[in-house]
Amino acid sequence: MTSLYWLPDVADWRTRVRSLSAGPAAAWDEAVVLANAKLDFIRTNALDEMLRRSLGGALPPGLGTKPVRLALLGSGTLTQLQAGIRVGCVRRGIHATIHEGDYGQYWQEIADPDSALHAFKPNTVILALDAYHLTAGVTAVMEHAEADAALTEMLARIRDCWRMLREAFGCHIIHQLPLPVHVPLMGNNEHRLPGSPAAFTARLSAALRTAADADGVDVLALDTRAATDGVKAWHDAGLWHRAKQEVSPAASPMYGELAARLIAAKQGRSFKCLVLDLDNTVWGGVVGDDGLEGLVLGQGSALGEAFVAFQAYARELSRRGVILAVCSKNDEANAVEPFEKHPEMVLRRGDIACFVANWSDKAANIRAIAQDLNIGLDALVFVDDNPFERSLVRQELPMVAVPEISEEPSSYPQTLADAGYFEALAVTDDDRARNSQYQGNRQREALKASATDLPSYLRGLEMRLIWRRFDQIGLQRTVQLINKTNQFNLTTRRYTDDDVLGIMRDNRSFGLQLRLLDRFGDNGIIAILIGRMLDGSDLLIDTWLMSCRVLGRQVEPTSLNLIAAQAQALGAKRLLGDYYPTKKNGMVKDHYTRLGFADGGALDNGGHRYTLDLVNFVPADTFIDVAEG
Amino acid sequence: MDETAIYSALSEVFRDVFMHDVALAPALTAKDVPGWDSFKQIEIIVALEERYNIKFHTRELDSLQSVGDLVRVLAAKIPA
Repeated sequence: MTSLYWLPDVADWRTRVRSLSAGPAAAWDEAVVLANAKLDFIRTNALDEMLRRSLGGALPPGLGTKPVRLALLGSGTLTQLQAGIRVGCVRRGIHATIHEGDYGQYWQEIADPDSALHAFKPNTVILALDAYHLTAGVTAVMEHAEADAALTEMLARIRDCWRMLREAFGCHIIHQLPLPVHVPLMGNNEHRLPGSPAAFTARLSAALRTAADADGVDVLALDTRAATDGVKAWHDAGLWHRAKQEVSPAASPMYGELAARLIAAKQGRSFKCLVLDLDNTVWGGVVGDDGLEGLVLGQGSALGEAFVAFQAYARELSRRGVILAVCSKNDEANAVEPFEKHPEMVLRRGDIACFVANWSDKAANIRAIAQDLNIGLDALVFVDDNPFERSLVRQELPMVAVPEISEEPSSYPQTLADAGYFEALAVTDDDRARNSQYQGNRQREALKASATDLPSYLRGLEMRLIWRRFDQIGLQRTVQLINKTNQFNLTTRRYTDDDVLGIMRDNRSFGLQLRLLDRFGDNGIIAILIGRMLDGSDLLIDTWLMSCRVLGRQVEPTSLNLIAAQAQALGAKRLLGDYYPTKKNGMVKDHYTRLGFADGGALDNGGHRYTLDLVNFVPADTFIDVAEG
Repeated sequence: MDETAIYSALSEVFRDVFMHDVALAPALTAKDVPGWDSFKQIEIIVALEERYNIKFHTRELDSLQSVGDLVRVLAAKIPA
């Protein structure tokens, strides 16, 4: 099954898509809503067509995400995938322009600097090589050594493509693994026939995964999807013979989903937090009515085990960086009790970074959760068994993802996985520590409540700021922060791995990653600073961004001290700080004024410049100890 | 399924695929409808397969010359 079943039906969808013509900004916003409905491939194509007519080739105005220029290169017919990919991106607020390579010409296009691909200048490439192409020449007469040689040669050819793409474009490379379309020649022990195209495809896919890790390429795992959905849901042999489509048009919306998840994850736009209802979502029954003893949870009941399995899945997600929160209509004491006292509970109170149980409406509570965790509402996924609550939250907070879930709790983990909300390209140490970081935040709040004044609170935190220049170890986290920080971000410039590597090599620039520790723990990397010397003696603060969870802790003036010292070391006499407003960064509108910068006048593109004289600069005194480390 | 019902269902599919109404008649062919290329042809076929949970055979697809052919094939495949 390749349907987008977790997305809801949207009322009047057909009528709304046809009237998608009012100005490009309105059309884009409406298209994002319509893309978040349960679409089959015909509807996906229709939405894509109407949106493209409305935009007329231009980018939607005021886009808060990095536009994608995607080259779709491969060995078979790929046209049927374009609409699905574009709409998958729209679903995440991302605009994609696609260049499709000529049929079967991927190698020539990549190698030839005068090709249309090179003129297009992609920032993202999907390389889709089908199993028929990859096994050309592989036959049952082959000995082991011949099959191994063929495998080595094909792998080297593909890595050459990756290398050339990286050198030419410095782009995000997504390699689509082949669908296992070959029928077996042996049977269960197919792998014993070295020249079996089916076995060869499986071996090659395994080798490609390892190579992709080594080469910084992300894979689009169609083979894994095929194992879940069945190859037949993805591939139609009759259609292959007719039109050379490896992927059936019927599966194209799901293909687009998979591609768009990788693209969004690269921009740091995956969802970050799973918000759970309690009664009949994480346990069976209503704790306020049934009491602790009456809950259906744990061994001895199929339903109870299903809830345990769901909790275990949620806990595993949290262990790899997804934040967990609770939003429940309950008296708080009742809601907390199972977490503390029920022996079968997998989730414990300490696993939940933000716990809200009261009788207010859930939309208001979810807003409060986002605020408490200092993350955007568009980073939240809300799971509730009650259709009324789901519908209310969707209506009030359309940016929150609310999956349609069935009444069968044993299906919840698969539904969350199929919906792909938490797509991740790598796991950083910060991801692993995330939940405990938020736990530490709660202890900080408690200290704040007990401290009598702000200075004594800040002093009591015993803060240490550890700064480092950009480095390979921190690269993933740096790129993640650059691409996902929306609120405390002065310029909202999005950079790729290669851009950051460029800053590391440039001796007239600096890039700093700041880590904040305090007595309650390590907050991880919380700020990124990039400075560039301009001609003369001005240093431009290209990027200043910070995690909102350390707001109000004097990190800003401490960061300025660091910037000033770095700038002076490069010979700067003056700092230039620019602010470019977006929908989300209003909170830093007066950032430079607060830090004592003078007004430097308006810039193009709606920006505003501020300046600070470095000759007479006196570093601010703060409660934060600073060290390089 | 009788042919009248098929024509009305087919109209919906064509409207969704082409984004406008197409006046269907037995003699209508791909040449008569702007944009009805081999790509759209596959979309129509796959849309019908999904809608009725059927599978067209290669021979059936090769035999299609007109809307009338498509309706006859569909009538035989879809139970009343």
